[in-house]
Amino acid sequence: MTQILIKNGQLIDPVNKVNRTGCVYIVDGKIVSVTNEPIGFKPDTIIDAQNKLVCPGFIDLSTRLREPGQSRKATFKSETLAAASAGMTTLCLQPDTHPVIDTPAVAELIKELAKKAGYPQIYPIAALTRQLEGTELSAMLTLKQAGCIAVGNANHPVRNLLILRRAMEYAASHDLLFMFRPNDYWLGNNGCAHEGVFATRYGLPSIPEAAETIALDQCLELVDLTGCRVHFGQLSCRRSVIKIYQAKKYGLQVSADVAIHQLHLTENNITPFDSNYHVLPPLRTEEDKQYMRQGLASGTINSICSDHQPHDIDAKLGAFPETEPGMSSLETLLPLMLKLVAEDVITMEQGIASLTANPARVLRIESGALTVGFNADVCIFDPELEWQVNTENWKSQGMNTPYWGQTFKGRVTHTLQAGKLIYSLENGSH
Amino acid sequence: MNDNLQLNSEGKLKHFLSIEGLPKELLTEILDVAESFVGMSDQQIKKVPLLRGKTIVNLFFENSTRTRTTFELAAKRLSADVLSMSIATSSTSKGESLLDTIRNLEAMFVDMFVVRHAISGAAHFIAQQTAPHISVINAGDGQHAHPTQAMLDMFTIRQIKKDFSNLRVAIIGDILHSRVARSQIQALNTLGVPEVRVIAPKTLLPAHVESLGVSVSHDLNAGLKDVDVVIMLRLQKERMTSALLPSESEYFKCFGLTEEKLKIAKPDAIVMHPGPINRGVEIESKVADGPQSVILKQVSNGIAIRMAIMAMAMQKQGIM
Amino acid sequence: MLVIADLLNQLEAELKKTIIERNLVNPLMIGIRTGGVWVAEQMYQRLHIAEPLGLLDISFYRDDFSQIGVNPNVRPSQLPARVDGRDIILIDDVFYTGRTIRAALNEIFDYGRPNQVVLGVLIERDGRQIPLSPDCVGISIILNVGQRIKLTGPDPLAIEIQTLTVAA
Repeated sequence: MTQILIKNGQLIDPVNKVNRTGCVYIVDGKIVSVTNEPIGFKPDTIIDAQNKLVCPGFIDLSTRLREPGQSRKATFKSETLAAASAGMTTLCLQPDTHPVIDTPAVAELIKELAKKAGYPQIYPIAALTRQLEGTELSAMLTLKQAGCIAVGNANHPVRNLLILRRAMEYAASHDLLFMFRPNDYWLGNNGCAHEGVFATRYGLPSIPEAAETIALDQCLELVDLTGCRVHFGQLSCRRSVIKIYQAKKYGLQVSADVAIHQLHLTENNITPFDSNYHVLPPLRTEEDKQYMRQGLASGTINSICSDHQPHDIDAKLGAFPETEPGMSSLETLLPLMLKLVAEDVITMEQGIASLTANPARVLRIESGALTVGFNADVCIFDPELEWQVNTENWKSQGMNTPYWGQTFKGRVTHTLQAGKLIYSLENGSH
Repeated sequence: MNDNLQLNSEGKLKHFLSIEGLPKELLTEILDVAESFVGMSDQQIKKVPLLRGKTIVNLFFENSTRTRTTFELAAKRLSADVLSMSIATSSTSKGESLLDTIRNLEAMFVDMFVVRHAISGAAHFIAQQTAPHISVINAGDGQHAHPTQAMLDMFTIRQIKKDFSNLRVAIIGDILHSRVARSQIQALNTLGVPEVRVIAPKTLLPAHVESLGVSVSHDLNAGLKDVDVVIMLRLQKERMTSALLPSESEYFKCFGLTEEKLKIAKPDAIVMHPGPINRGVEIESKVADGPQSVILKQVSNGIAIRMAIMAMAMQKQGIM
Repeated sequence: MLVIADLLNQLEAELKKTIIERNLVNPLMIGIRTGGVWVAEQMYQRLHIAEPLGLLDISFYRDDFSQIGVNPNVRPSQLPARVDGRDIILIDDVFYTGRTIRAALNEIFDYGRPNQVVLGVLIERDGRQIPLSPDCVGISIILNVGQRIKLTGPDPLAIEIQTLTVAA
């Protein structure tokens, strides 16, 4: 029996409405108490969380680890270390691996890779359609049984609305969550920047807001028609927030997340032609950012994800439109969330809930909380500790972040996954 | 923004990538230096030894005989050694092979790249990646910028109109896809032209075009009123097939510059076109060949301006 | 103390002598911008040269392009159609390092092959860096450290020696 005690920390557990100093008692990988010390408790490990916050481990709704198939960009080993160092204990893997997650063999492979990397809590998201080509349904039930937590379209379009309707109906019949990133391929027109002042000035092929909102609207109508549970991923527009709000009010079973960088960066922050700012959906306007922030604060958007997309150097070397979009963003997730708290956009509880309780609810997993009986997925962080994004501290193989060289406040000191200490700051890793 | 990359530590021109970020004084200096090269074509000696011993490589990833030959001629008149390369871009050609091309040429001790590329930001990328002693001139990148064209247009305007501070300039045509228009607008604004108008159908205007520092009109008749300089842009055939316009004849009806329409502008208005001209589409022959047209002057000014820009970008190369 | 009238007289005398000694026939006189042109205009009248004075701008032939860059105020040189076989009298105001004359000769030879070039300067001073020397001078002087010659003109043409205060 391994027994772990976390003491003297500030416990923040939104689900159980906990926000006080206290201790967490862990036995055999499970939380046994957050109040009184269990009788006969003799901890093998004591973690002193003095001046630190103790919260549930973070759940990332959209991550890419690049394996299988693109190990040049990143590997399970490098990225799970980065995730662990960033306080994450559960990752949802987007289906656009090579090969695509559309057969149980790939799902099994992922489970193997995760186990080998010492980070078992990785949930593959199954491809909605075969090869993500948008024409034929994937074997959703088989994939669910192989451990996939949801189905998703990654960034790929579905050929037409009839196929989308049928895919959603099929997913609904197996009670599968559909994680949908809305973008109309034709309106998007291979753009690389938001259709606005910045793209106009620099002559960049651009994506109008409507590309996201129209696809969002279409899918919402289909939610009404099919009864499929849909989670909208990585929204970026003002009108997207409004539509989600209206949909929820109407009673549709939908949820939405936003990538953390969309809450901080806009087209005004882009250093011209710096490919580290090339992301999809693109960085939008200040007004869009404010709406996303308000949406988060009011609960319309209830989750934040990292949208982690590590890249090799070559992928980002080239004229801006030629480079591959995506940001390496696991390790900046916590400090950027804390920045939102510091800027009074959200409270600390809301911030932590957006990374724990709410994603757990979307995925319908018993996680994201310090509930007695749950796996001991715990994140301990020092909100005041400053650190710099540099080669010494950065663990991800992808260095494609516009935050390179910047100093942040807030750093994870310990991460426990199912009661196992997978990361501690003083030791580097486990 | 771009000015940190384009200027060296003493504020002198090092790369010429975009009009943006360059101060008015520098643009004026370019025009003045070009002035001294203009007379050269009439001289007995058409060469000066300013860039003798220097090697200039024209890297054209996008085909263009006209621009390439002007740059070649300009380099040769400065006594530089010139190498012209036309590189077809394959669909898989990305930053990697672009970099390799640059590195291979650098190993042969070149001093300057003149780059034309189909993708916005390509010249900027090359300038950032290339060895520190090499200068990069942007001969047109995607839809972003074509600064040497804009400068020769400014030179032509100054030759005839003398003073920028009381001009109304209208740019007519496909602004959305035009790197020339973007550079022209920046140059006109930097040089203090009080009013720059763009005239085009909505499909050919970029989002938030006013943010570039222009006023907008969708009606040629209204937009040409009291204009001193009329700049026509070329309409490419692809615009019809990509559902941006119904037909060339409808475009000509609404936005084509005819003798009649030209009368709406000031009587001494000049007509400009970066070329090549689509006769009967954006402009009728009578106007293109008419007394108010300065299109041929633009072409001959092109060499002097490029000589000036290349000479200025290469100066002070001994000192970092 | 430099007296400009004396310098001009001396230069005129030496030029007249050299024209005879070297058998100059129908010489073409060329002045180097800007001070050399002012001096040349004086000589031109005194020597009764028939053909229009040639004007040479050596900005594009200088050897210090990478140090000082392009001069934005260049006016084109004006030389007659042919210099092939011509006897040339090249005039400048001050002969110092010799680099100006090297540049001027390079430019003249780009126009053609002269028969001979006679160099006349108002003042020859110390500080030679290139192995050239004038054929005719108004005066040869040695300056102290920090001194330099300043010619103003064209009317009135005046010369003075300035002492530059060296910054500490």
